[in-house]
Amino acid sequence: MIQLQKPKLILDNGLRLDGRRPDEMRPIRIELGVLKNADGSAIFEMGNTKVIAAVYGPKEMHPRHLALPDRAVLRVRYHMTPFSTDERKNPAPSRREIELSKVIREALESTILVELFPRTVIDIFMEVLQADAGTRLVSLMAASMALADAGIPMRDLIAGVAVGKADGVLVLDLNEPEDMWGEADMPIAMMPSLKQVALLQLNGNMTPQEFRQGLEMAQKGIETIYNLEKEAIRSKYAEYKEE
Amino acid sequence: MSANKIYFEDRSIVTPGDLIAEGDFQIPWSPYYYKIGNKYYSAITGLIEVKENLFEIVPLEGHRYFPKIGDTVIGLVEDIEIYGWILDIKSPYSAYLPASTFLGRPVTPGEDLRRYLNIGDYVIAKIETYDRTINPILSIKGKGLGRIANGIVIDIPPIKVPRVIGKNKSMLDTLTNETGCEILVAQNGRIHANCATKTIEEVLIEAIQIIERESHIKGLTEKIRKFLKEKLGEIKNDSTAKTEANT
Repeated sequence: MIQLQKPKLILDNGLRLDGRRPDEMRPIRIELGVLKNADGSAIFEMGNTKVIAAVYGPKEMHPRHLALPDRAVLRVRYHMTPFSTDERKNPAPSRREIELSKVIREALESTILVELFPRTVIDIFMEVLQADAGTRLVSLMAASMALADAGIPMRDLIAGVAVGKADGVLVLDLNEPEDMWGEADMPIAMMPSLKQVALLQLNGNMTPQEFRQGLEMAQKGIETIYNLEKEAIRSKYAEYKEE
Repeated sequence: MSANKIYFEDRSIVTPGDLIAEGDFQIPWSPYYYKIGNKYYSAITGLIEVKENLFEIVPLEGHRYFPKIGDTVIGLVEDIEIYGWILDIKSPYSAYLPASTFLGRPVTPGEDLRRYLNIGDYVIAKIETYDRTINPILSIKGKGLGRIANGIVIDIPPIKVPRVIGKNKSMLDTLTNETGCEILVAQNGRIHANCATKTIEEVLIEAIQIIERESHIKGLTEKIRKFLKEKLGEIKNDSTAKTEANT
């Protein structure tokens, strides 16, 4: 599906290639507790992007000398399966995957109450099953949900969405062609109830005004995702309410 | 003091990040909530219990035991050292049981501790010391503590322990009275049971699995009582039928 020529990203009727309005997000599906062996797990789908996350811990750190005396260490692995992309991806961790693991780890460190578990380690694994732009945010949210499923204390759930610029128009939640051919891509992840930003990256060019506008647009999207996340957790315990 | 507000109703589900309350509450420290300024936020998924001007969060998920001084735990011997044993107590930290407290005398250098406790043995113990900087240290001084010689040990998630005990020990009483087993529920999610026969043991395990699975359902104690009566009744009938056939 590699297109060498840039397609038109915004059609004449103002809609995007996949028929969405500029400020419309892709459909979201969240499921918790999908893996039996992990302490916590979740599948997070956003359009065609699909990520599964598993959490183990907190547990004793081995080797001992890597443990920190005042907080838990996070070991985070972001990985794309060979079948997640159009062309087979080499399963060995790439530079990009190592960097994204670090970015995601730092975002998660700001939300988990790591100081409650000194000298321990929390392992988080994210496997991208299908990639269609936005995998870092979807992975981050999947990890956040898996942590909630594992019952690990944290400040807030993380919700995130990317804003970008395609053919000069600000668009919410980019898809693959917009990511590839657009002028800018800015993933934002927040802890919505604390109103804090956990992750923000910017690729491309945006004017200060576009940045502010994009941030506002993302915040609205994040609020929607946050509600869906809470709904997903609550629905797991729907029976509790019925009694 | 008068501006204390709790934003949730009793027994509603809270998720991480939910603003639970605002004000100044006299509540014990717990890992399940955190405070910024005078705002209290939930840190986990749990049920909130509101009592007048107090609230408590009961976790719905959690696979690790959070050690507390004075708790009775059942540990599994993982490793043997020169002066004591390393025990797994289902918490993020391994516990240490010094041999001197176990033997009641100082250890003679070169003594083989394997003779008293070997890898794979279960021990009922109390948490004597623990804080953020050191691993829990156990003691077996007290009634009913020590190596488990007979019976079985059943593993459940630590957060289900209150349910297996029940209000005013109602569930535990049901289990003991109906099966006739000696049951000890340790705080770290291990249950030690000593039953008369293998079949009663199996029924007890099944009952505990039901409690684990349906811990949120109301009237579970009655359901378990009925289940045990039925199952144990069947066993009794079977055995009497067999003896009749034999005669």
